[in-house]
This record gives sequence, C-alpha cells and structure tokens, in this order.
Amino acid sequence: MLCLAILPDFLQGQSVLLNRPAPQFVRTDLRGRQVDLKAFRGKVVLLNFWATWCGPCLVELPQFQAWQQKYGSAGFQVIAVSMDDEVAPVRAAVRKMHLRLPVVMGDDKLGSLYGGVLGLPITFLIARDGTVVDRHEGAADTPMMERKVRTLLALHQAIPGGSGAGF
Amino acid sequence: MFLIRNHSAFGVAALALAATLLLAPQGRAQFAGDASGQSAFSIPQSQLIKPDALNHLLQGAPKTRPFVAQVGSHTMFSQAHIPGSVYAGPGAESNGLQLLASKVASVHKNELIVIYCGCCPWRHCPNIGPAYKKLHDMGYTNVKALYLANNFGDDWVNKGYRVEQGQ
Repeated sequence: MLCLAILPDFLQGQSVLLNRPAPQFVRTDLRGRQVDLKAFRGKVVLLNFWATWCGPCLVELPQFQAWQQKYGSAGFQVIAVSMDDEVAPVRAAVRKMHLRLPVVMGDDKLGSLYGGVLGLPITFLIARDGTVVDRHEGAADTPMMERKVRTLLALHQAIPGGSGAGF
Repeated sequence: MFLIRNHSAFGVAALALAATLLLAPQGRAQFAGDASGQSAFSIPQSQLIKPDALNHLLQGAPKTRPFVAQVGSHTMFSQAHIPGSVYAGPGAESNGLQLLASKVASVHKNELIVIYCGCCPWRHCPNIGPAYKKLHDMGYTNVKALYLANNFGDDWVNKGYRVEQGQ
C-alpha cells in the first residue's frame, strides 16, 4: 500500500525518539538466538544500523565490538542491525570482521520504528532504563561516543528488577 | 549531523581503503564502484541534478516528468522513495544492473531518466556510479543522477519533499 505525504508520521519519529522509551523489537540474530530489546533493560545499549555496502559502517563496527569487550562486564551491550536486503553478504561480512555481537536483520518496519533509517550508519544510545538518549547519523566520532557510553555506564546503576540478560 | 563531512581527503581515502580491506574479497562487489572507477565521482558534474531541481520537475505536467529510478537498497526504498519512482536494484550488483536495464527497457533513449540512491554519503555510494555507466552504455543520452550529499533522509525527506512508502 502506498502512503503519500510530505513528511510521514514515521519520519517525524526521528526527533521525538530522544528521551522516549526505545521502540521495542524482538528479532532472531544470525546465530539463531532471540534478541529481545527489553531483555537488555538495566544495560546501556548501543544500537547500530549498518549495511555491508556502507563503508563507514564497516570501519566503526569493529570499534563497537572492542567496546563490547571492554565495557560488557560493566553492563554495556551492542546490537547491530543490518539493513542489507539479503542475509548472505551479512554473514560473510560478520565472518570477515570476526564479529561476535548479536547481529539481526533489519527491514523497513524496524527502520520506520526508529524514525526512518534512510542513510547509514545510524547509531542510538539507550540508557539502562530503556530511554533513547542519543541518535547519531553518519560515521561515529568514536572518542566522543565512547565518552558518552562511559558517562551512561557511570551515571546509572543497574536498574533493580532488570534482567540484564545479554550475550 | 554527519561528522564525516569534516574528514580530510586523506581521511576519506583511508576510510574507503580500510572498508575495502575489511571485506575483501566477499565485499568486493559492494565496492565495485570504487574499485572500477565507477564511483559517484565518475559521473560528470553536468549530469547531476539537485533535489530542488528534481522536485520542480516533478511538479510539472505528467508528460514532462522524468523517469525516476532508485538504484539502491530495497529496504530503504520500502521506507520512503520519490513518488512515482521505480525500484531498479542496487547498482553495485550485477543483478541490480540487470533489473535496471529491464526497468528502462520501454523508455526512449533520449528521454530524461533520473537515478538516485542516497544510501550513504555521496562519496561512499557504491550504486550510483555503476548505474549511471550502465545507462550510458545502453545508449541513454539524457541521464541525470540526483545529487544527495549525505543521504536520502537528510537531502530529500528532511527537506520536506514528498515521499511514498511501500514496495
């Protein structure tokens, strides 16, 4: 079904996502494990939309994985959402980059849920309470983003009752 | 905000090289545009059209409107695309170029065709250059590439130009 509009409602979500609960989703990652965003409540989540054809994405993903190793025990979790149309090149890229992060396939529905993913990369930071606190479009300024991650990890203690489930 | 805008030419070249090395050989097709000299920069400046100019053309009488084709990701096309445009496959892939050829089969060789992608910043786009070359090689004489400096979201949607959603 086509929907014609000057600025569709879903795209207005880009601005209203900040300081709001992160849109919930459940997907199965490339290893067959369920990735349920709400299961990460209590952790700081870096949600990265990427694709194999996106040069800057391929540069920053290994950095995000390094942060996963560095800060994972402090309650940090990276989730990578590929916006590729097909899974085969994604599997190849994940193997090549030795990614051990949960990687799920995105689509237009998930993109729209996050305000429209109409250019890559796009990275969201989600606080331990599940609130979207940052949206960064384009190649990450990794020193600045790492500072934000560290601040989020330090500012908030683990949320009581949060499962803190992770990978 | 795209921090990559501020990268030096050397930085951009290093970024592209790093991305290529990370994925080679699996990712070679995705960067074929860069590797074969068919990057976005291979398109003559005279054959670029800016978003406001295309938007103006689209407001005109139906018979004066160009044939518009998206040559990037279908996931992005489904989220939002230029009204009336057709999905013509990723230009970086051979099956995408085949789809493009089939989509323009009924278009007269001197009719105005506008192709666009907007998956990522112009300098990194793997699709637009090969798609332009394909049409040129097929004998189309009036092909323009929509110049989207950052991406379709920033340079078309957020400018308030009309979009459609759907397949």
